[in-house]
Amino acid sequence: MTLLSVENLEVSFPTSHGRVKVVDGISFDLGRERLGIVGESGSGKSMTGRAILRLIRSPGRVAGQISFEGRDLMTLSERQMRALRGARISMIMQDPRYSLNPVMTVGTQIEEALRVHERLPRSEMRARVHEMLEAVRIDDPDRVAGLYPHEVSGGMGQRVMIAMMLIPRPSLLIADEPTSALDVSVQGDVLRLIDDLVKDHGMGLILISHDLPLVARYCDRILVMNAGRVVETCNASALHAASHPYTKGLLAAVPQMRETRAELPVIDRNAWAGT
Amino acid sequence: MRAWLLDDSPASRGQAAAGRAYRIAGDLMRNPLAVVGSLIILALILTAIFASWIAPESPVGQDLSNRLMPPSAEHWMGTDELGRDIFSRVVYGARITLLIVGLVAVISAPLGLLIGAVSGYFGGWTDRVLMGLTDVFLSMPKLILALAFAAALGPGIENAIIAIAITTWPAYARIARAETLTIRNSEFVAATRLLGASHTRLITRHVLPLCTSSMIIRVTLDMAGIILTAAGLGFLGLGAQPPLPEWGAMISRGRSFILDQWWVATMPGFAIIVVSLGFCFLGDGLRDVLDPKSEGKS
Repeated sequence: MTLLSVENLEVSFPTSHGRVKVVDGISFDLGRERLGIVGESGSGKSMTGRAILRLIRSPGRVAGQISFEGRDLMTLSERQMRALRGARISMIMQDPRYSLNPVMTVGTQIEEALRVHERLPRSEMRARVHEMLEAVRIDDPDRVAGLYPHEVSGGMGQRVMIAMMLIPRPSLLIADEPTSALDVSVQGDVLRLIDDLVKDHGMGLILISHDLPLVARYCDRILVMNAGRVVETCNASALHAASHPYTKGLLAAVPQMRETRAELPVIDRNAWAGT
Repeated sequence: MRAWLLDDSPASRGQAAAGRAYRIAGDLMRNPLAVVGSLIILALILTAIFASWIAPESPVGQDLSNRLMPPSAEHWMGTDELGRDIFSRVVYGARITLLIVGLVAVISAPLGLLIGAVSGYFGGWTDRVLMGLTDVFLSMPKLILALAFAAALGPGIENAIIAIAITTWPAYARIARAETLTIRNSEFVAATRLLGASHTRLITRHVLPLCTSSMIIRVTLDMAGIILTAAGLGFLGLGAQPPLPEWGAMISRGRSFILDQWWVATMPGFAIIVVSLGFCFLGDGLRDVLDPKSEGKS
């Protein structure tokens, strides 16, 4: 069953020399599965994520078709879109240090996320927050709920962020480089947590990252993007058998544990550019 | 006790909060002017609360046989042209001053905060219209504008308060807008937006609380200006009406005797100066202590 289907999505921004398309006609379908979008910086991965939530501010322009659970997102009003954001589609942002309001306690912020969409009695709200904090594996949730964002560590902040985004029980989660601001040792924990939660709730996941091996480990399917286009779609298990020269170049540029090459290869753009 | 308050690794949140309060108080105490300022404000508030116990006589009780008496042991500040004890009137005047200052702050600060935040948050035409309006108010001298409003609304203490509030909000709107411009592009506002929060919720819950600290300092600094404007309106007969013991109105009544009976106009004048200075000192001190950028400097 298709959860989200994107067809011919274009995002463009005006510059001094005409409109530049940062996302140039990409199409994909997503069921209740884990889809990874990889690509280098500026390839339009994050813009795709934002376009799905219709969070591209003017002067940016979005064209194409996006349908989610059978509804056409492009024709919804701003009010209908607000009801959808968070409640049905959520997004985890990069850096928890900046994504949390510095003057609100963690618990209040998670509660806020719930209050935007649902009216619940206070005690029930507390219970949901407690339950959610436990679900993101925070020990002593009651104490943490009373902390301010500067009092929690990066990994904990990202867990709080995840709790905040998942508490309204969305059916699609977009994770935009959820671990790039975290220490390597914490990255694995956070991704495993996202993975478990997605499995338990039967959500769809779009994981946006520039880290190929990481995406290959946690996703079912991979979309490789370059310069606003999808250059290759493949199953995560078949990544090593990728056929497009850009994907091959990306894979070859990843350093290995027992490196034998004297120099890491650089992507040779001439091999595929102009196609 | 002191060691417990200044402990580098507090054991509880309560201890940390107490320690911070202690440090702020300590910083404030180290600034002699701030101490003087807070003492003056404290004295003003206590005087206003206990006016009926402090004042030896009624502020409106006339005694025509004792009119225009110079300061003496019986009448510490002398008596005015109707034989009323000036000291008692100055003491009761503290209530009126505090009422004006408090109400103006309560009306104009939230109003300015809201207008500034809305303007900065939405930008575009909303911003242009609201800031244009703000500029119109800012372009005129405060006292003149307050005078015009007080004249239009009719004399009286309530109308004076409304008039002063109308003239003070633009400065707050400007500050709130500047703060909002930096806050609205921050990640946590984007995060809340993608949770589906409405504009109203974003402004009231996420933008406004971050603007308040600079607003509090600004309001304290403006208090002196508010007192002076209120006194000015009273002096011109557009503020509190007789027989209310408002300081500005008292100066105005004493003006006709200023050469022969100087105390009638001078005593309430002193009160105005002392209280204005108190608010200025306290505001300056608060700014030095609460501004994180100047922390650690002398």
